[in-house]
Amino acid sequence: MIGDVESLLNAALRVSTPLLFATLGEIYTEKSGVINLGLEGIMAMGALTAFSITLLTGNIIFGVIAATIIGGIMGFIHAFMSIALRANQIVSGLAITMLGLGISELIGRIHYTGVPLPQRLPIIPIPYLSNILIFGPLLFNHDPLTYLSLILAFAMWFILFKTKAGIIIRAVGENPFAADTIGINVYIVRYLCTVIGGMLTGLGGAYLSVVYRPAFQPGMTAGLGWIAVALTIFALWSPLRAIFGAALFGGLRALEFRLQPLGIPPNIVATLPYLFTIIVLTIGTRGIVRRIVEAPSSLGVPYVRGEK
Amino acid sequence: MRIKLEKRENITRTLSITVTLFSVLAAMTFIGLIFQVIGINPVLAYIMIFYGSLGDIYGLSETIVKTIPILLCSTGLAVAFRAAMFNIGAEGQLLMGAIASTYIALYVIPNSQSIIIIPLMFIMGFTAGALWALIPAILKTKLSVNEVITTLMMNYIAEQLTMYLTTGPWRGVELWGFPYTENIPAQAYLPCISGTRIHYPTLIIGLCAAALIYVFTSRSKIGYEIRVVGGSREAARYAGISYVRVALITMTISGGLAGVAGVGEVAGIHHRLSPFKISSGYGYTAIIAAWLGKLNPIVALVASFFIGTLLVGGDILQVKLNLPYATVNIFNGVILLFIIGGELLLRYRVKVIM
Repeated sequence: MIGDVESLLNAALRVSTPLLFATLGEIYTEKSGVINLGLEGIMAMGALTAFSITLLTGNIIFGVIAATIIGGIMGFIHAFMSIALRANQIVSGLAITMLGLGISELIGRIHYTGVPLPQRLPIIPIPYLSNILIFGPLLFNHDPLTYLSLILAFAMWFILFKTKAGIIIRAVGENPFAADTIGINVYIVRYLCTVIGGMLTGLGGAYLSVVYRPAFQPGMTAGLGWIAVALTIFALWSPLRAIFGAALFGGLRALEFRLQPLGIPPNIVATLPYLFTIIVLTIGTRGIVRRIVEAPSSLGVPYVRGEK
Repeated sequence: MRIKLEKRENITRTLSITVTLFSVLAAMTFIGLIFQVIGINPVLAYIMIFYGSLGDIYGLSETIVKTIPILLCSTGLAVAFRAAMFNIGAEGQLLMGAIASTYIALYVIPNSQSIIIIPLMFIMGFTAGALWALIPAILKTKLSVNEVITTLMMNYIAEQLTMYLTTGPWRGVELWGFPYTENIPAQAYLPCISGTRIHYPTLIIGLCAAALIYVFTSRSKIGYEIRVVGGSREAARYAGISYVRVALITMTISGGLAGVAGVGEVAGIHHRLSPFKISSGYGYTAIIAAWLGKLNPIVALVASFFIGTLLVGGDILQVKLNLPYATVNIFNGVILLFIIGGELLLRYRVKVIM
């Protein structure tokens, strides 16, 4: 029994790491007022890039860095479309997703199907803590990327809510006109946040192909990018709530097939993240709750200087 | 030197067409470069695509088969987008139409005649798609919940529901490990133009819908109201136009037509429900057609045919050059990026100041 729970929680954590990376990125993007629906495509490109660069250089770290860079470039494309070309952000994001899925599958299927990854990221147990009964191995016995995602969540929460940089980002997403009047360059903030969003999503993709399943499989993102879009809202744009959200959504993923013997169909479990998101969006962005969670008011609205 | 953008007062039709055509051409050149990079002669690839999808009767008929669902979805999306209802949920609404029509044909009146069963499938398909679109529409109008996210989430719920039905309670035969329902009865099959897979009843519905919606958006009172609401909700309120009414009407049309597309796929092509084959992403590709058609149903019709051409071209590249079908996604993504990018030139005059 304890073994079952442990394996479930382990599986949940493993899915939640890539989710957390992508969600943290999207939180910054959306907090600055840009919505990026390209996560699924960026993740797929991250997975492909991490895998191919690792094969090429023989070093996972290079693979992971390259995936982050590719993610940043795709984030930049979205930012360029949304900010410089003032294109519809929803449509641009969908286009990025199509492009990312298409390119990763085209290249991946031709070159990398069935090729194993020669290297693994080491598991680093945290001294002392990892020896605690049950919880020790569960929480303190992971690969470095999982730790990184958790550290990032705390750091990004701190920056967003406790520093001047965070105030600037939130101001730009809340009221770009006011932000502009006090001398903030709205465009630069939005570019930066969208590129950071892309980089973290690329990193999430890298986790999939070098840690989660050390191989490249076309379509291996399997909708995780969309779940991250949902999770951003489910977490009501807070990096700390994103940790719990990622654990919950990751847990639901891990439960899908584990509940089947009990007669609960996996597909019904799979709808829960989407259903929860609709419910949270309905309750969480209204009236008093909206003011508490500070939903970015100018989300998806292009800002044009001197034009209302 | 710096670049200055000046908002255009009015956009002429000629300019609009020129910019769109140039965007598509630029996109296709860019895709050609991608082909070159992966070692495929782009000229050869394009000849294969266009010859294969337009060059003979078979190819042309397959192009029309793929145009049908895209046409239906994009016509509806054009209406919704005009009212600034960003319905990204055509995919899910299509699936709900497919589910409803399968249910009618397999479980409600499997033994009745074509004349009853086929109209009922279309009506229920429209209703199911419309209801699926009305949930986000009501959430949006009553509780101001962002419709982009809800329609998107509901696509995945519909997808999982289809999966659940075909692997669970409606499970029929399993072919090569893929779940399907049983075949619907033969009297529920839509008639096709002989020798092809063109299920013409759905095609006729699509063409009529495009024509009707064109007339109705350009000449009627509700068409005017849709434009005002799409322009600004504030302005609509001052003009005494009910935003709720416009939102509900446009989403009903949009979801309903996507539902009809789902009926066509079940009753005209596959003759059963299956989670992987029913849609192949038509609900998403239709967004490209609607945008390429500048939200005008008649232009969207041409755009749908063009997208249909590329989809058939994708099949051909898969067979002849052994490229994965997802290559089509690259086409879709690049074309979409170039179209929306090119819109800048439409809305603004670009001036270079020395």
